[in-house]
Amino acid sequence: MSYYTDDIDFLSADIDVRDYIIKNYTPYDGNGDFLAKPTEATLKLWDKVKALMHTERERGGVYDIDADTVSGITAYKAGYIDKDLEKIVGLQTDCPLKRAIMPFGGMRSVRNSLESYGRKTDDEVEKIFKYHKTHNDGVFDVYTEQMRKVRHSGIITGLPDSYGRGRIIGDYRRVALYGVDFLIAQKRRSKAMLEGIPCDEEYIRHSEELSEQIRALNELKEMAKSYGFDISLGAKDTKEAFQWIYFAYLAAVKEQNGAAMSIGRISTFLDIYAHRDLENKRYTEEEIQEFTDHFIMKLRMVRFLRTQSYNELFSGDPAWVTESIGGMALDGRPLVTKMSFRFLHTLHDLGPAPEPNLTVLYSKDLPKNFKDFCADISVKTSSIQYENDDIMRDIHGDDYSIACCVSAMRTGKQMQFFGARANLAKALLYAINGGKDEKSGEQIAPPFAPINDDILDYEKVMYNFDHILEWLAGLYINMLNIIHYMHDKYCYERLEMALHDDIVKRTMACGIAGLSVVTDSLSAIRYAKVHAIRNEQGIVVDFQTEGDFPKFGNDDRRADAIAVMIVKAFMQKLKKHKTYRNAEPTLSILTITSNVVYGKKTGATPDGRKAGEPFAPGANPMHGRDIKGCVAAMRSVAKLPYRYSVDGISYTFSIIPDALGKEDADRRENLVSLLDGYFAQAGHHINVNVINRETLLDAMDHPEKYPQLTIRVSGYAVNFIRLSREQQLDVINRTFHEKF
Amino acid sequence: MKNSDGVAGYIHSVETFGAVDGPGIRYIVFVQGCPLRCIYCHNPDSWKIKNGKPANSADIAEDIKEYLPFIKNGGVTVSGGEPLFQPEFTADIFRRCKAMGLHTALDTSGAAEFSDALKVLKYTDLVLLDIKAYDAGLYTRITGAAEDKGKNLLDLCEAAAVKVWIRHVVIPEYTSDEKQLNMLAEYLSRYSCIEKVEPLAFHKMGEYKWENAERKYLLSDTAPADEKTMERVREIFRSKGLKL
Repeated sequence: MSYYTDDIDFLSADIDVRDYIIKNYTPYDGNGDFLAKPTEATLKLWDKVKALMHTERERGGVYDIDADTVSGITAYKAGYIDKDLEKIVGLQTDCPLKRAIMPFGGMRSVRNSLESYGRKTDDEVEKIFKYHKTHNDGVFDVYTEQMRKVRHSGIITGLPDSYGRGRIIGDYRRVALYGVDFLIAQKRRSKAMLEGIPCDEEYIRHSEELSEQIRALNELKEMAKSYGFDISLGAKDTKEAFQWIYFAYLAAVKEQNGAAMSIGRISTFLDIYAHRDLENKRYTEEEIQEFTDHFIMKLRMVRFLRTQSYNELFSGDPAWVTESIGGMALDGRPLVTKMSFRFLHTLHDLGPAPEPNLTVLYSKDLPKNFKDFCADISVKTSSIQYENDDIMRDIHGDDYSIACCVSAMRTGKQMQFFGARANLAKALLYAINGGKDEKSGEQIAPPFAPINDDILDYEKVMYNFDHILEWLAGLYINMLNIIHYMHDKYCYERLEMALHDDIVKRTMACGIAGLSVVTDSLSAIRYAKVHAIRNEQGIVVDFQTEGDFPKFGNDDRRADAIAVMIVKAFMQKLKKHKTYRNAEPTLSILTITSNVVYGKKTGATPDGRKAGEPFAPGANPMHGRDIKGCVAAMRSVAKLPYRYSVDGISYTFSIIPDALGKEDADRRENLVSLLDGYFAQAGHHINVNVINRETLLDAMDHPEKYPQLTIRVSGYAVNFIRLSREQQLDVINRTFHEKF
Repeated sequence: MKNSDGVAGYIHSVETFGAVDGPGIRYIVFVQGCPLRCIYCHNPDSWKIKNGKPANSADIAEDIKEYLPFIKNGGVTVSGGEPLFQPEFTADIFRRCKAMGLHTALDTSGAAEFSDALKVLKYTDLVLLDIKAYDAGLYTRITGAAEDKGKNLLDLCEAAAVKVWIRHVVIPEYTSDEKQLNMLAEYLSRYSCIEKVEPLAFHKMGEYKWENAERKYLLSDTAPADEKTMERVREIFRSKGLKL
C-alpha cells in the first residue's frame, strides 16, 4: 500500500512539507509510558558501534581515514556495520567511522589534518588539486592585507575560510514525502522558467546552481541504489521514511564537511508515518522504536576529518546533527507527537550522547507531560538543549529548524552564511590602544589617538569603542562577503540546496564573543576607578581597579543595560553594509568552546580578567561574578534582545543535582519552573547540565569509566572525555551553580 | 536604598534560586545577625549584624516581584543569620510576600522571644526549624546559648497551626548518639504541626569562612557524617512515625 499518492496531487503540487505536517499529524499530550524498550538487535548493534568508538578513542580520536578518495555522494561502495542487524543502512564511506577527505573546501586543511594523524595525502589527489582551485585558495586570492592581519591577531576568529561553512539544512523530509523524481522535475521546471530572463551574473549563477542541484539529486538516487533502494518515489511506510531521510542526509554529509550539519525538524513529520503504520498494524511500537534507535545510531556515527586548529576552537569532534523537537503550530496545537518522545527516548535506549544535538523548542503551552519528560531526561543525561519557541515562532513561523546550536531558519526556505564571531573584548582594548594589538603591539586597525589617561574615562573610552566597532563591522562583513562568494563558487552545497526552494532567504550570520567581559569592563570604567598600566611602548597591558562595580549576571539594571547597548550597537553597525547576495545581517552571542581560545588570545581586561584567561561561554556572565544565584543570572541573560540577535543567544546552565532539589520529583518540577520562568522572560536558549562536579573531576582522571558522559557547552553537547584538559577545567570552573 | 515606607534591616545576601529550603523554587533572603554561635556554623560571616548590608523590606519585596514567574509555585524563604533577630524586618518582608500571594518559609533556630516570633509567624506558611539538640546541656555546648528557645517556637507553631519542617544537623560525636536521637524523635512525634523531618549531614564546606571569625573552629578533626550514619538516623525518626 502506498500513502503518498493519497495525500499529494502531483499534478498541481508545490513543495510544501509544512502544509503536509499540519494537515496530517496527530498531537500527543500523554506521557512516556507507551515507549518500548530497545530490541535485542538494537542492543547488539549498539554494542558493536560502542566497540568501534572505543577503538576510535584508543587510536587518538580517529578510527581510520580514506586518504585516496575524494569524497562525494557516490564516491564509495555501500558500507555496513552489520548488514543483518541494521534496519537503517548507509555509511559516509565504505566502513564505519572511517573519515573521508573533502578537499574542495581547502587542500591545505586536508593535508594538515592528514599529517596530524600521521597520514600522507595520496599523490593522485595532490595532482588533481594542483590544477583544481579550492574555496580556501579563492578566499586568500582576495583577502586584503588588513583582513590577514585581523585574522592573525584574533579579533575575528574561526571564519570558515579554510573549512566548510555548514549551517545549511536541507529539507531532508522532501525526499521521503515526494521522492527524488518529483524533486528533480520541480527543479527542471524552475530551470525552464528561466527562459527569456536577461543573463546577468545573478541569473547565470542561479541557473548553474539549479543544474548542479539536479545532478546531485541524480547522484542521491544512484547512492540509494547501491544500497538496494529505489528512492525515485516517496516513502511508503515508517521504515522507508526513516531510510529515505537518512539517505538524503547521508548524501549531504558525504558532499560537505560543514561546520554544522543539522538534520532539521523531522520527528513530527515521521510520526505521521508511524501513526498510520500503528493504526494499520503494519508495525508495532517496538519496531518503530527500533527504526528510531538505528537511525539515531547512524547520526551518532557522523564523522568529519578536521584540523588541529579547528578542534581547538570547537572541541569534542562535533557535527551538530541538530534535530528540533516540539514547539507549537501557528494554529495553537503543540507539535509534540509520540515521535518527539521516541527521539528523546533514544537517550534511554542507547544512553547519553552529544549527537544528534537534540533541541527542544520550548513553549509555555507545551503539554505538561512532555515538559516533565524532557526535564527528567535533562536531569538524567544532561544531553538536551531548550530554545524559546514562543519568540522564534513569531519571526520564523512554525516549521523552522535550528542549525548548529541556536540559529533558527525556515526549513527548506532559508539558509545562512555562517560568520563565526568577532572578539569584542579585544575590540575594547583596541579602542584604548588606538587600534594596536595589546599582545603584539602591532597596529591592526587604522591608527587613531589612543587613550593616554591614567584613570580611564567612560565617555572617552566609549567614543573610541564606537569608532573601533564601526571599523570592525565593516571589515567583518567584507570578509564574509569574500568567503561566501568563494564557497558558493568552489564548494557549493549542491544536495543541501537541492532540498531548498529555488529562491531562498539568506542571512549573514555574524557573531560576538566576550560580551560579559566587555560589559563588566565598561561597567568598571563607569562605576569604579580603573587605572591603565602601560608597557614601555605605551600600550595598555593591564589594569588596576579600585572600588566595586555592577556586574552582568546579577539582574542589575546598570550592568545589563551596557550589555544590551553593545548588542544593539554592533548589530546596527553590521546592518549598514552591503552583503553578498543581499543576505540579511544577523548576530549571535555564542562561542561554543571557542571562549577558551578567544580568551587565550586576549590581554588583560578592565573587569579584572587576567591576560589569557578564558571568556565566559556564549552570553554567560563571567564565572563567580553572578552572586545572586542562577535565576538572577538568567534574568540578566534574558534581557539581551533577541530581535537584535536573531541568530541566537546561548546560555549554559550547570547545576549539581542536590542544588536542584532533594528528590527526583522536586528536580523535575523545579527544572520545569526554571524553564517556564526563563522563557517567559524571553530568554532564547539554555543548555541544562545536572551533574556533580566530582563526577567530572573523576572523569578527567578516569575517562575509561565514562565513555558516554555527555555535557552541554555553549550551544551543543560534547562527550566530556573528548575535550582537552584545558577545556575540561574551563567547564568545571566556569559554569556551576552549587549553592545550597 | 530609596524606599521609606518599608522596614530597615541588614542582610547578608540573596539567592534567587533556592531549591532545598522549602517547596519549589525559592527566592532566599539571608538576613544578617545571629544570637547563637554554633560550632558547625557554615555562615559565621552572618553572625554580627553590623557586618551586613543595609536593606529595606520594601526594596526587597520589589526585587522579589521581578522573580514571580520563577517562584510562583515555590515562594520566599528568609534565612540567616537568624531571621527572628530582626523580627520587624522579617515580618514586613513576609507581609509583602503574602500580599503578592507568595508562599513564605522561615528558616530559623527559634532563638528569639515569644513576642518577636509571633510578629513573624503571623505571615509565615512554613517554619523550617533547626532543632540543635534534645538535651539542654548539649544544646549549650553546640550553640553557646543558655536556653533552647527553639522548643518554645515549636509549641507556638503547634498552637497556631503553622506547618513545620524539622531540621537536625547530625554531627558525629555530638548529635549522632542513638539514645539522644531516640529521645528527640519521641519528643517530635507528639507534634501534629510537623510535616517532615530533614536530618542534615554535617559538612565542612563552610570551614574556610571561619578564618576571620571571632572564635576557633572546633570541628576541624570531626569527620563529615557518612551515609551509613545518616541512614541509621533516618531510621530512628521513621520508627517514631515521623515523615522524612
